[in-house]
Amino acid sequence: MSIAFPKPDEAVLSRRSEILAGLGRLVAPEALIVSEDERRAFETDGLTAYRQLPLAVVLPSTTEEVSAVLRFCRDHGVKVVPRGAGTSLSGGAIPQEDAIVLGVAKMNRVLEVDFKNRIARVQSGITNLGISQAVAHEGFFYAPDPSSQLACTIAGNIAMNSGGAHCLKYGVTTNNLLGVTLVLLDGTVVQLGGDYLDSGGYDLLGLITGSEGQLGVVTEATVRILRAAEGARPALLGFERVEDAGACVAAIIAAGIIPVALEYMDRPAIQICEAFAHAGYPLDVDAMLIIEVEGSDAEIDDMLRRIVAIAEPFRPKTVKVSQSEAESAAIWKGRKSAFGATGRVADYICMDGTIPTGQLPYVLRRIDEIAKSYGLGVANVFHAGDGNLHPLVMFNTNKPGEMEKAEAAGEDILKLCVEVGGCLTGEHGVGIEKRDLMTYQFNPMDLEQQMRVRGVFDPGWLLNPAKVFPLEGRFAA
Amino acid sequence: MNSFSPRDEQDASAVIAEAAAKGTPLTLMGNGTKAAMGRPNQTEASVSSVGLSGVTLYEPAEMVIGARSGTPLSEIVATLAEKNQQLPFEPMDYRPLLGTKGEPTIGAVAAMNISGPRRIMAGAARDSLIGVRFINGRGEAVKSGGRVMKNVTGLDLVKLQAGAWGTLGFLTEVTFKVLPKPERVSTLLIRGLDDVTAIEALSAALGSPFDVTGAAHLPAPDRLGARTLVRLEGFSVSVDYRLNELRRLLKGFGTADIFEGRGADALWQSVRDATVLQERGSDRAVWRVSTAPTKGPDLVARVATTIDAQWFYDWGGGLVWISTPLIGDLGATVIRDATKALGGHATLVSAPDSERSRIDVFEPQTDAVTMLTRGIKASFDPAGILNPGRMYAGL
Ligand SMILES: Cc1cc2nc3c(=O)[nH]c(=O)nc-3n(C[C@H](O)[C@H](O)[C@H](O)COP(=O)(O)OP(=O)(O)OC[C@H]3O[C@@H](n4cnc5c(N)ncnc54)[C@H](O)[C@@H]3O)c2cc1C
Repeated sequence: MSIAFPKPDEAVLSRRSEILAGLGRLVAPEALIVSEDERRAFETDGLTAYRQLPLAVVLPSTTEEVSAVLRFCRDHGVKVVPRGAGTSLSGGAIPQEDAIVLGVAKMNRVLEVDFKNRIARVQSGITNLGISQAVAHEGFFYAPDPSSQLACTIAGNIAMNSGGAHCLKYGVTTNNLLGVTLVLLDGTVVQLGGDYLDSGGYDLLGLITGSEGQLGVVTEATVRILRAAEGARPALLGFERVEDAGACVAAIIAAGIIPVALEYMDRPAIQICEAFAHAGYPLDVDAMLIIEVEGSDAEIDDMLRRIVAIAEPFRPKTVKVSQSEAESAAIWKGRKSAFGATGRVADYICMDGTIPTGQLPYVLRRIDEIAKSYGLGVANVFHAGDGNLHPLVMFNTNKPGEMEKAEAAGEDILKLCVEVGGCLTGEHGVGIEKRDLMTYQFNPMDLEQQMRVRGVFDPGWLLNPAKVFPLEGRFAA
Repeated sequence: MNSFSPRDEQDASAVIAEAAAKGTPLTLMGNGTKAAMGRPNQTEASVSSVGLSGVTLYEPAEMVIGARSGTPLSEIVATLAEKNQQLPFEPMDYRPLLGTKGEPTIGAVAAMNISGPRRIMAGAARDSLIGVRFINGRGEAVKSGGRVMKNVTGLDLVKLQAGAWGTLGFLTEVTFKVLPKPERVSTLLIRGLDDVTAIEALSAALGSPFDVTGAAHLPAPDRLGARTLVRLEGFSVSVDYRLNELRRLLKGFGTADIFEGRGADALWQSVRDATVLQERGSDRAVWRVSTAPTKGPDLVARVATTIDAQWFYDWGGGLVWISTPLIGDLGATVIRDATKALGGHATLVSAPDSERSRIDVFEPQTDAVTMLTRGIKASFDPAGILNPGRMYAGL
């Protein structure tokens, strides 16, 4: 438990009942959660090792309510932690004792779907999958697909600029967002963008995306929807050496092929997933690639043939080209169960750094060494096309000190990512988890410029203030 | 006028720090090929990126290229072409429209978020821009983003710089995501459609699973001369397949001819550069309007019934290029009434200096957005010395 929270503001804690009464005047009774039991449900997110009980939880139903609550909090110096579904893996939605949680989960309606213009306008509490489901009857979908898509909200996706398995072709949240309704801390409701491409002035939409709930609260969003491909099928390639798998990825891209997904698993990940899912993975290889392409059957056949030919010089030990939906499902089953399967053999923390893909063999070797130096195991599953790693550092919570060791190993791994030219987080966000590592990636001038921009929206550090920026060296604007 | 061409980041930082201390406004530029865009600003001094040239990083297998901001766009294009790659967003060349000469720089492409027809499929320049280094108005060298494609570390200042027209910083280095060049490019051409029908056809094509990378409609004074274009790119077998499927899908709109090779490339270039609308030296103003695709024809109808307008559509109808006579407010009121009613934004791209200082070049913003815009400007450039007034009066 090495990550510190700022000391709660005693003055705010002592005014709790007054604050609750004030909030009670602004929202419907069922929208205000005050009992300790019910607040417990909001004390953490996907980073469950850390917990903080909030002052209260507010779940508004309208943008107007959100506006009133924010204005009230600004006027009374109360901190606000915006929340979607609470699946953040970086602790982005973990509350503070002197803060209220402002959740948008009740605002989950589809407001408009326009297939001709290929957009959907939704309330921000809708789940990621909910958007795709609302447009599926016409063969459309919303492209960014985090593995948490059943639960996570578009609000959380926007705040984290979330990605997914298919972002190599379709991009991440920021590339698929056209507009938002944003409520500022003083209650002002701002429309950014709309149902058209690119903004007139500064790209405020781009700034909001990935801002981790620190600039305002998003209540509505307009996203691009796309017509789904006619079909998709993967091939599975197993390699004796990590280097060969890495070189194969490079060769595929050099040949002008951008697969829709390009996933990598290392030996421990293959073993763990195979034991759990019986997906038919090769157990005698050090590296495995799942490469998926889209199109008509004939296009897919052609593309997979090309890929297998490109892989040839790298002597794959296993080559499996899916010929049917059932075979595709089997190939994906193991990969999709990677987190769950790992969770059955050990506790783990999931890291999220990105590296230049050319550094892959070196980085994987170093990750292994780092984990070993702490006496821990590590399994690697990641998006190979874009270098976004997800090392799962495994430990045993019941052994005193192991979790701290895992955190320390994770930290070393992220520093390694920065050292080789990459970054601390590719899609999970900084949250509290990587907050204190920000100085490895950014120098004081970089961080100060970010904080000055932050200060334009929230000069008093009331919006999700425990996150993203190291607690030392903060300033208002 | 003093003009500086810093040799490196430190040099640039010193020049700007000194200007900040003295409160000297600076015009930031590359080679000045787009100096006649935005609001005209008169400053005592200018800083050019031309001394900052050269590709700093190119990893074809990682699909990433980085370059100093003054690197000619043509050098980037050539470097990528050697490895059969390209910039995904197909940046427009403004020279023919503006009648300017010289080499556009990659820094300006980033600063002005310049994209072309492929924007509908591959995103704008801002979507491919993954890292920047810039000098802010305090003279501080700041970086944001980096060289990897997926990066959500900290606030995304890259996006703010893209499209800020140098009002938030002097870019010294930019890094872009790139894509392979397609093996084959082919276009379906349907003739004789009116605007509304053409946009319906384009919506059908863009709503298909066939990965359309260009969708334009070029009206003609005589409707029979109107051309509707749908572009496909990729491996040849796949292009063949999709051409067939699309032809079937668009059957109801008329015969779709396949158009390929030099002539087709030149046509797309004239769409990209808006030269289908007019060539240099023309005495008309040019507007660039972004709206929802199916609202394009409605927007045009509102404008064309009031003033003498010429137009064409890119982005499936969502990008409308309009030329207007150099009289009155050049159509600003009708055009912006239309964007207000239908949603969207209009930029006055080409008009004489005197007109661009009189008429809002960028879509006027709501009070709340203006407040944020001013706050952000002050957070990068408290003394207001970087390209003052280039986007909005007093900013
Ligand atoms: C099993 C699992 C798999 C995952 N897989 C992926 C993956 O493949 N790719 C990926 O990118 N992520 C993944 N994640 C991480 C997580 O799901 C994403 O970060 C997601 O976008 C969070 O959405 P949420 O609704 O749960 O947001 P929360 O966790 O509730 O909040 C996340 C952040 O958003 C802010 N926020 C929430 N609502 C608003 C609002 N209305 N306005 C402003 N700020 C707001 C919060 O303050 C917080 O900082 C995974 C998580 C889990 C548990």
